[in-house]
Amino acid sequence: MEAALSAPGPLVALVGNPNCGKTALFNILTGSRQKVANYAGVTVERKEGSLTTPSGRKVRILDLPGAYSLDPLTPDEQVTVDVLLGRRAGEVPPDFVICVTDATNLRQNLRLVLSLKRLGLPMVIALNMTDIARRKGIVIDADKLAAEFGVPVVETVGVKTSGAAALVGMLNQLKAPAQPHRAAQWRTPTAADIAHDQNEVRRILGVVGGGRLDGVTLDDRIDAVVLHPVAGPLILGIILFLVFQAVFAWAQAPMDAIKAGVGLVGEWVNHALPASLLKDLLVNGVLAGVGSVLVFLPQILILFFFILSLEESGYLPRAAFLLDRMMGSVGLSGRAFIPLLSSFACAIPGIMATRTIQNPRDRLRTIMIAPLMTCSARLPVYALIIGAFIPRRQVWGGLQLQGLVLFALYLAGIVSAMAVAYLLGRRGARFHSLMLELPAYHWPNLRNLAIGLWQRVEIFLSRVGTIILSLMVILWALSSFPAPPAGATGPAIQYSIAGHLGAWLSVIFAPIGFNWQISIALVPGLAAREVAVGALGTVYALSAGGSDVSGALTPLIAQSWSLPTALSLLAWYVFAPQCLSTLATVKRETNSWRYPIIMAGYLFGLAYAGSWITYHMASALTAS
Amino acid sequence: MDIVRDSGAGSIVAAEAAGPVGAGGPRLDEVATGAAGELPLADLQTGAPARVVSVSATDGTSGHPGASGGLSRRLAELGFLPGETLRIVARGFLGREPIAVRIGTGTFALRLFEAACIRVCPEHQPLP
Repeated sequence: MEAALSAPGPLVALVGNPNCGKTALFNILTGSRQKVANYAGVTVERKEGSLTTPSGRKVRILDLPGAYSLDPLTPDEQVTVDVLLGRRAGEVPPDFVICVTDATNLRQNLRLVLSLKRLGLPMVIALNMTDIARRKGIVIDADKLAAEFGVPVVETVGVKTSGAAALVGMLNQLKAPAQPHRAAQWRTPTAADIAHDQNEVRRILGVVGGGRLDGVTLDDRIDAVVLHPVAGPLILGIILFLVFQAVFAWAQAPMDAIKAGVGLVGEWVNHALPASLLKDLLVNGVLAGVGSVLVFLPQILILFFFILSLEESGYLPRAAFLLDRMMGSVGLSGRAFIPLLSSFACAIPGIMATRTIQNPRDRLRTIMIAPLMTCSARLPVYALIIGAFIPRRQVWGGLQLQGLVLFALYLAGIVSAMAVAYLLGRRGARFHSLMLELPAYHWPNLRNLAIGLWQRVEIFLSRVGTIILSLMVILWALSSFPAPPAGATGPAIQYSIAGHLGAWLSVIFAPIGFNWQISIALVPGLAAREVAVGALGTVYALSAGGSDVSGALTPLIAQSWSLPTALSLLAWYVFAPQCLSTLATVKRETNSWRYPIIMAGYLFGLAYAGSWITYHMASALTAS
Repeated sequence: MDIVRDSGAGSIVAAEAAGPVGAGGPRLDEVATGAAGELPLADLQTGAPARVVSVSATDGTSGHPGASGGLSRRLAELGFLPGETLRIVARGFLGREPIAVRIGTGTFALRLFEAACIRVCPEHQPLP
């Protein structure tokens, strides 16, 4: 794949408005021969793929970020314009431009075509979504369009494998340029230019057709229900409830299977290797690390399956529309909804998804509160403590007390996130642009879903996997060295660096009710929250590698911890940044150490304050 | 929070009253539609067709990068230009903000301060 991508061949750039079906077309042209990375220095996704035409010539295809115009207002548009003008360091200007237009929305799309035409790069217009246009009764005369612009026009259908055949045929005849094309001089359009372009667009639409939709369309009828002030939020609530149900119900079996699989491999290594440091590293460092990453994959896959389907169908922007007012009241954009939703599975894909928020300050605020969403890594810890301390009984006519406590913990996360967003400065946030396009509804395309899911999985496993794995190995070392002295009676971890750290930490944590066992367990628990459960098992000297650490721990901690200590630990887990991978992701996404440090600081502060209040209130209540 | 929003809206109205030049932003060329029935986009009835009269930047957003200068330009790029027809498809939470506007063949969600830049003139034929 690497070789194919770096092979010489003409570079073709796909340019188009957001929502014009450009990425679907890119998927058809390049299939799985894609490489997703970032443009240097910015968090804008760079997608390049390759294509071999029937006559065997290689063509590189660059999917430039969607742009409404060549007068950039967003980082995405800046990249697109810079690449086209050859101003972007490390990027060669394209030899050829495919301007992708949505045949159902030419009125908007043609303005970009006019600007591109002015750049003077060799260009072809792809009239995309012609199938939907035809269904909607929109007829566009492609020949006249070609005559108007003086460039070839090909009809494409972004969701059909054969939909790009005409385009591939055209690429087949593409001549590799003798020397790189230079874009014409570019100047920022004035108000008069925009007005001129508008008149031009109106004139062209008069010639080729396709300017407007008459009557009430099916989309209008769907919108009347989906965007209804009462029915809309209700439908959104039901959809979210079903998504959450699916994430937690469907993921259970594969998660158990992954746990069992990793356990089996661990046992096999245990038997195959003699007791040694290497074996310990493999079993308790590497395998435990890999397992703790992999176990979240099913949830992330399921969540992203829904998010991508909702996105493809056109519903997600509408959800953002419905929630904008509510989120705006704490200074967030409606666009923050999608990243925050993802953060319920894991904050890492959530933080990566904030790239869709255009305003940098809105994006930063969303990143800062993402770890307060109750990610699934907290669940094992919550489950352990709730199981041990909250009686299994019904209150208020049939509600399970244990379930209520869990719900309260989720709610505490959401409410504190909103409060933090508000405090981080909502002043002026009302005036941050929304200007969100609500695209036409589509049926999600399976092929695009599969490609999108695969890319998410790849990113998660490669980037996050490496971070967690290395952290786990480091924490393993901290928990294993130095070895306990001869004749030691306590668990080995007590004599290690982590043990000393824990003993030191227990002085700090004593005011919030944590004993030294909890303090030690929080150290390896920095790698990933749920690791603390296993670490508690180690500290309490349970047989290592036992399949049900949590089950064995429950009666133990129920006896040895007080209720205020347990509640305090729950409060700690609502806030504490017990996840170095999240901080590492924030570092990468913001290109600075500043924000992860601020994030860790404020979250530890909140956690300490929350636990202190919880501990002392609970102590006062239980004493009386 | 209402105070902040109201004062923002107030300054937008004031800027409008001061005239197109006083608004401090570029005013795209006006289409003669008769100023009699002209109103801010946000005041348009949901579902009623209207024609854009003017799109002007206001300084209600000053001090917020990316909001003030680019606002009318961005609206123009999305197709909010004098002479285009539009209608409000839906209003957000509790019937206020944001508003979903169909213009040409596209639909966009706008916050009220964005909609405040757009003045429209209702067209009197009912929608089919």
